[in-house]
Amino acid sequence: MTVTSNSGPGSDLEMATDLITVVIDGVEMQVPKGTLVIRAAEQLGIEVPRFCDHPLLDPVAACRACLIEVEGMPKPQPACAQVLNDGMNVKTQYASEVARLAQEGVMEFLLLNHPLDCPVCDKGGECPLQNQAMSAGRPETRFDGEKREFDKPINVSAQILLDRERCVSCARCTRFAEQIAGDPMIELLERGAQQQVGTADDEPFDSYFSGNTVQICPVGALTSASYRFRSRPFDLVSVPTTCEHCASGCSLRTDYRRGVVTRRLAWDDPEVNEEWNCDKGRFAFTYQRNGRVEHPMIRENGELRVASWPEAIDAAARGLAAARGQVGVLVGGRSTVEDAYAYARFARTALASDDIDFRVRETADEETAFLAARVAGSPVAASYDSLETAPAVLLVALEPEDESPIVFLRLRKAARSGTKVVSVGAVATTGLAKMSGTLVPARPGGEAAVLRALDDDTRALLSQPGSVIMVGERAAGAQGTLSAVAELADATGATLAWVPRRAGERSALDAGALAGLLPGGRPIEDPQAREQVAAAWGIPASDLPAVNGRSGDAILRAARDGELSALVVGGVELVDYADPTLAEEAIDNAGFVVSLENHHSAVTERADVVLPVAVVTEKAGTFLNWEGRPRPFGQVFRDALTMGDAKVLSMIAAAMEIPLPGDVRVLRAELGALGPWAGNRFQAPTTPSGAASEGTVLASWRLLLDSGLMQEDEPHLAATARPTVAMVSATTAAALGETVTVTGPAGSVTLPVQVADMSDDAVWVPMNSPGCHIHTDLGVTPGASVRLTAGGAA
Amino acid sequence: MAISESTREQLEQLVARYPQPRSALMPMLHLMQSLEDEVTADGIAVCAEFAGVSAAEATSVASFYTMYKRKPVGKHHIGVCINTMCGLLGGDAVYDAVSERLGVGHNEATADGEFFLERIECQAACTHAPVMTVDWEFMDDVTPTSAVDVVDRLARGEQVESTRGPVIRDFQATEHTLAFPEDGLAAEGTPVDDKMLAGLRIAKERGMAAPASGQEG
Amino acid sequence: MTLTPVITEHWDDPELFTLAGYRRHGGYTALASALKQDPDAIIGTVKDSGLRGRGGAGFPTGLKWSFVPQNDGKPHYLVVNADESEPGACKDIPIMIANPHALIEGVIITSFAIRANHAFIYIRGEVPEAIRRVANAVREAREAGLIGTDIMGTGFDLDIVVHSGAGAYICGEETALLNSLEGLRGQPRLKPPFPAVAGLYASPTVINNVETICNIPYIVGRGVDWFRQFGTEKSPGFKVFAVSGHVNRPGIYEAPLGITMRELLDYAGGMIDDRPVKFWLPGGSSVPMLTAEHLDTPMTYEAMAEAGTMLGTGTPMIFNDTVSVVKAVTRWLEFYKHESCGKCTPCREGTYWITGTLERFQEGHGSDREMETLTDLCGQIMGRSFCALGDAAATPYPAAMKYFRDEFAAATSTPVDDSFDPAASYVFSGAAAR
Repeated sequence: MTVTSNSGPGSDLEMATDLITVVIDGVEMQVPKGTLVIRAAEQLGIEVPRFCDHPLLDPVAACRACLIEVEGMPKPQPACAQVLNDGMNVKTQYASEVARLAQEGVMEFLLLNHPLDCPVCDKGGECPLQNQAMSAGRPETRFDGEKREFDKPINVSAQILLDRERCVSCARCTRFAEQIAGDPMIELLERGAQQQVGTADDEPFDSYFSGNTVQICPVGALTSASYRFRSRPFDLVSVPTTCEHCASGCSLRTDYRRGVVTRRLAWDDPEVNEEWNCDKGRFAFTYQRNGRVEHPMIRENGELRVASWPEAIDAAARGLAAARGQVGVLVGGRSTVEDAYAYARFARTALASDDIDFRVRETADEETAFLAARVAGSPVAASYDSLETAPAVLLVALEPEDESPIVFLRLRKAARSGTKVVSVGAVATTGLAKMSGTLVPARPGGEAAVLRALDDDTRALLSQPGSVIMVGERAAGAQGTLSAVAELADATGATLAWVPRRAGERSALDAGALAGLLPGGRPIEDPQAREQVAAAWGIPASDLPAVNGRSGDAILRAARDGELSALVVGGVELVDYADPTLAEEAIDNAGFVVSLENHHSAVTERADVVLPVAVVTEKAGTFLNWEGRPRPFGQVFRDALTMGDAKVLSMIAAAMEIPLPGDVRVLRAELGALGPWAGNRFQAPTTPSGAASEGTVLASWRLLLDSGLMQEDEPHLAATARPTVAMVSATTAAALGETVTVTGPAGSVTLPVQVADMSDDAVWVPMNSPGCHIHTDLGVTPGASVRLTAGGAA
Repeated sequence: MAISESTREQLEQLVARYPQPRSALMPMLHLMQSLEDEVTADGIAVCAEFAGVSAAEATSVASFYTMYKRKPVGKHHIGVCINTMCGLLGGDAVYDAVSERLGVGHNEATADGEFFLERIECQAACTHAPVMTVDWEFMDDVTPTSAVDVVDRLARGEQVESTRGPVIRDFQATEHTLAFPEDGLAAEGTPVDDKMLAGLRIAKERGMAAPASGQEG
Repeated sequence: MTLTPVITEHWDDPELFTLAGYRRHGGYTALASALKQDPDAIIGTVKDSGLRGRGGAGFPTGLKWSFVPQNDGKPHYLVVNADESEPGACKDIPIMIANPHALIEGVIITSFAIRANHAFIYIRGEVPEAIRRVANAVREAREAGLIGTDIMGTGFDLDIVVHSGAGAYICGEETALLNSLEGLRGQPRLKPPFPAVAGLYASPTVINNVETICNIPYIVGRGVDWFRQFGTEKSPGFKVFAVSGHVNRPGIYEAPLGITMRELLDYAGGMIDDRPVKFWLPGGSSVPMLTAEHLDTPMTYEAMAEAGTMLGTGTPMIFNDTVSVVKAVTRWLEFYKHESCGKCTPCREGTYWITGTLERFQEGHGSDREMETLTDLCGQIMGRSFCALGDAAATPYPAAMKYFRDEFAAATSTPVDDSFDPAASYVFSGAAAR
C-alpha cells in the first residue's frame, strides 16, 4: 500500500508491515517506511528548527535550518528531506554537537540580512524566525557589514504586501502558489543574495488563496493590507470558528482585540481544509461590524421607528398569531443548524405552517424531491478524504474554485496524485485546467441530456470503486439534471455529493427548514415521522401540518397573490432570488412581514417588524458543510448583546404562548436526540431532460469574489477579484470584437470579451459581479436565451 | 505585444525543438533579445505564452540568467573579464581603460546606444588572459591599448574580426545565433589559434605522440 | 612524461571542424564499430577503461551509465554538460571549437549505449563560437545520416539538440543544468532521485562533461588496453590540460594523467621572467591552492587528493609572486557571490558576508578577529550548503590561509595594492598598458 512520506502517528495500523525501526537522539521508535526525519522527530516531541519545511508542501531542503547528524553520513543532512531507513541512527541538536553547530551557523546566516525591525513587524511575537533565533541562534551577531536593502513594501497584489528585506527565501509562498493553489503568479526573481519574491510586471498575485502565503510565511515578509500594522499578536484573543461564507466548512481562527475582529486565519483541520482557506473566508469579515441593524423597529403610520424589544416582540407575536396558518417562512441560506431548526420548529408549531424554504436562489420542485431523497439527513458519504482517493470525480453544474474553494484545493491535490476530474458544463475554465480536468461540454439547460448520454469511458471511470459525483446547487435550474445525476450514481455506484454554495443550506435542509421535510430528513407526510418530531417537541402529532407545504417560489407567489397573509424572513437578500421582482412584490403584498436581520436590506425596508439578530461572531452554532459534517463553533464575543435568530424566535413564540427553546445548546441537543430519519425515503425524481434554449444561451455562476454583501467594506479583497468579463468562444469573439453587449428581458450589460474554450452559441457572464447582476440587470437565470451584440449598447 | 509572422514561426520552431515547450523558454528569451535589444516585459509575456507558463514563471527565469538584459544594450556589448586570472593579469586595467574611453561603468550603456559595458566573469579562456568579448565573440589577449583600439574601430564602423571567430556583427545578431546557432559562420576566422595548438606543436617538434592502438596496427 | 595528443591530435588541420576534415583523420570509424555492438558491451568497455568524469568530480563514467535502468519503458536522455564556467577551466570550449565532431561521435555512441534517442548539448551562452561550431557539426552529421532515424541502418534513432545557456555558473551543477534545460531557474534539485533514475523530464538521464564524451570514441575505437596505457590504475587515460597564468606559453597541453605540474610548466615555457611560482590550482578555483612545493605531485585524482586538493577540471592556474593572494581569493569569492543561485542559506548569505569582509581586507581594513570569523564562516558553509557551489565558495580562503596567513594579517592594516603593485602582475607592459 501507499505510504506517504509525512504519515503521522495516526497512520493506519495496516501499515504495520511497512514499519521500520530507527533511533532518534537515542530513542528507538517505529515509523512507517518513507517517513522524514523531521516528522518522526516531531512525534518524539523534538522540534528541529525549520523555515522552508511545510508538511503540505514538497520538501526543498533550501533553508538548511534543520540540519541534523545521521550516523554514517559524512555531512549533516536536512531533516526535512532526509527519509528514514531501517536502522538509521539520527542525532538532532539535542544529541549532536555537529547538528547544533550546523543549525547555529545557518541561523546566523539567516539573520545576517534580516532587519532588526521586530518591534514594528506584524510577525513579531508569533515569528518562527524570532522564536528559532532564540532557541537555535547565537546570542549575538558577528556581522557588522551592511544589510541588504530593498524598497518596501511592494504590492504583490492589492491585498498582499511584501517586505523583501525580511524574506529568508524559504519559498513557502511560491511553492504554495504553484503546488497548492495552482496560481504561479508569484515566483522567485533574480538570484543569489538578490533573490527575491515577486510577480511579473502587470500581473499581480490575484489568487483566491493568496492570504495563505501570509499565514505560512515564517517571517514578516508577507503581510495583508487588511491586517498590516493593526495589532500585536500578543494583544489578540483567538477563538476557533467556522467560516460562514460557503459550504466548504473551513475551520478558522478568529482573532480579536477590544471587541473588534482584526483578522481571521485558516485553522488546521486535516479532514476538511487542511491548513488552508480562501481569501473570502480570510478577509471578508468587516461586514460583521458595518451596516448593522442596531435596534428593533416597528412600522407605524407607514414609517419604521425604533422600538423596545418587548414592544417589537409583542408586535411580531400579535401579527403572526393573527395570520397563523397563513404564514410563509423564508430562511436565508446562511443560518446555522440550530437557528434553522428553530425556524423549522417555529413554522410548524407557532405558525402551524409547512410553507418554509431556505433556498434564496433558483430552485425547482425536482430539487426539493432530490434533496429529500438523496441528501437530507444523510450521513457523510463523500468526504474530502474520499475525493483524494477517488479514481474519478465528475462535476455537474459546479465550479469548485468559485463555488466551494476548498473542494477545489482538495480536487487539485487529488488530481496531482492521479484522480481524474471530469466536468459537465459550458466552459473549460482555468479552474478545471488547474485540476487537470476534462470538460464534457453541455449547453446550459441541456445538462441532463448530456448526462444521460454520457460516453462509456466516463461511465467506466465513475464505476471504479470510490468515484464521486459532485453536483452543485445550479443543477436545480436545469431541468432533469438532478434526476440524471441520481440515475448516474445508481448506475455506476459512484458516491453522490450535493455541494451547495452557502454555508447554511445543508444545515437548514437537515434541520427541517424546507417544506415537506421535518428535521433529519423526515417526510412530513409520513405519520411516523410526525410522531417522532411531535414527541420531541412535546406536542400532539395532530398539531403538526400533515401535508407538504409550499416551497420557495410558491411561497413568494402566494404572498404576492394574497394567499399568504404574513411572512417571517430571516437573512434574505431579495436580489438573490431568480426573480427579484416577484420577491419584492411578495414582501410588499404580504400583509405582515417580520424580518430577522443583521443588516439593513430591501426586506427590512419593507418589513412591519424588524428584529436585529447576531452575526456569527456573536453567537455559537453549527454549520453542516457539503459533506454533511457538523462544523460547530463558539461565540467569539461572549459579552455580545445581540441575540441569535433562535433566541429571538423563542421570544416571539413565548409571546404567542408556544414553547420553543432559544438556547443553542438545548436546540442542538434536541436535534441530536431526534437524529436522522431511518424510515422510508423518497424516491429520487425522474424528471425528463430539459431542452436548452434556442439561440445564444447564458452560462453563469457566482464568482468567489463578487458583489456579495458579506464582502462589503474590504476594498483590498475586492481589488483582487476577477474582472467582470463575458466569456465566449474564439469564433464568437472574432465576430464581436473587444466588447459585447448581452441583452435579456430586463436590460443589457456591456462587458469586455474574453476568449474561452466553450461552444459558439453560449456566453458566460458572472452572476453577481460589479457591472453584471444577471437577475436584476438582465432579468434572466442561467440557461436563458440572450442576445449578443458587438460593442457597447446602442 | 504584437509579433510578426516570422517571429511566430521562429518561436514555434524553438518550441518544436524540445520534447516539452517549456524547455524552449531560454532560447525564446534569446530570440526576444535579438529582436528588442533587451528582454522586455512584453517579450517575457510572449515567451511565457509559447512555453505554456505564467508570466511570473518566465520572469523568474529571465531574471535568473545574467545574459538577459532588462534594459537596452545598444549596438555592441563589451565584456571585460575581471575574474582572478584575467583581472589580475591585466583585465582590471583593460576594464578601466575601456570604461574611461566609453564614459560608462559596469552594466551601463553609452548615451549614443553604441556600447554597453559589463565586468564579466570567467569566460573559459584563461589561457588567453586578459580576455575581452565583443557581442560575446572572443577578443583574446587584450591590452588596454588594443582594447580601446577595438572600441574605437567599432565606433568608426570599421570591420573588426574576433580573435577566435567571425567578423563582429552586433549584439542582437549574436543573440539570434544563441537562439538559432546554425548561423553559417562556423568557417569564419581562425578559431583555433596558437595557444590552442601550443601543446600539439611542441609534441610535433619533439616527436611526441600517443601510442598507436592495437586496432590501428 | 611526454605529451600525448589524442583529442587534440589533428587540431592543426583547419578543416578538422568539418565532417570531411574529421573523417580524414579517422573520425566516425569508432561509431561504425560501436553500432554493431551490444549497448551493454559498450557500457562494459567504458567501465573497464576506468574513465573518470573530466568535469571536475571524477566520477567513474561507466558506472554512471550503468545506473540507468533499462527496459523501464521511459525515454532516456543524454545531456552533455558544456557549461564550462569554472574560473580556470578552459578546455571544453577549445575542444568544441577545434574538434566538435569528436563530441558528436561520442554523443552518438553514448546515446546508443544508454539507449537514449534524444541528446542535448548544453553550452554556456557566452561562447557563440563554440555554439555555432557544435551546431554546424550536428547539422553536418544529420545531413550525413549519422544522426536521425535508423542511423547507418541499425534501427537506432537519435536527435541532438544544441542548447544555449544564458549566464549562470551554477548550471554546471548537473541538476541545475537539468532545471535550466527544462526552462526553469538554474537551481539544483534535491537528490535523490538521482538523474540516472529521474533526470530530464523525470526520465533516466546521463549527464557527462564534454571532454569525458570526447574520450568515448577513442576508448571504443582503440580499446581498453590502449586507453589504460595512459595514466595510473585509479586515473587512467589522458587529459586535455589547459595551463594559464604567469607562464610563457599558456595554452592547451594534452598528456597522460600523472604528468606533474613541473613538467607541464616546462612545456608551457616556464614562468614569465623566471619569477617564482607563488601558488597554483590544479583544476579551477573550487579546488584548494597548492604552492611550489607541490610541483612534482602527479596530476592524478588520487595524488591530488593526497596533497589536500583535487584534480578538478585539470586546468592549472599558476600565479607568480607579484600576485596578492588576498586579492585573488577576494576575486574568487566575488565570483561565487555573483553566481550563488540563492536557493540555500549558507551559500547565499555566506558568500555575501565573506565577500564583504574580504573586500575590506583588500582595502587594508581587516582584523584579526575577522580572520578567525572568516574561517568559521567557511566552516559553516562547507558540507552544509545545498550543492557543491557552496563548498567551492568555502574553499579558497582556508586554503590560502594555510599557506599565506601572513598576507591576510598584513591586510588588517595595509591595502593589498600597496603591498603588491597590481601592474607588476600584468602580462603586458609599457606602451600596451598606456
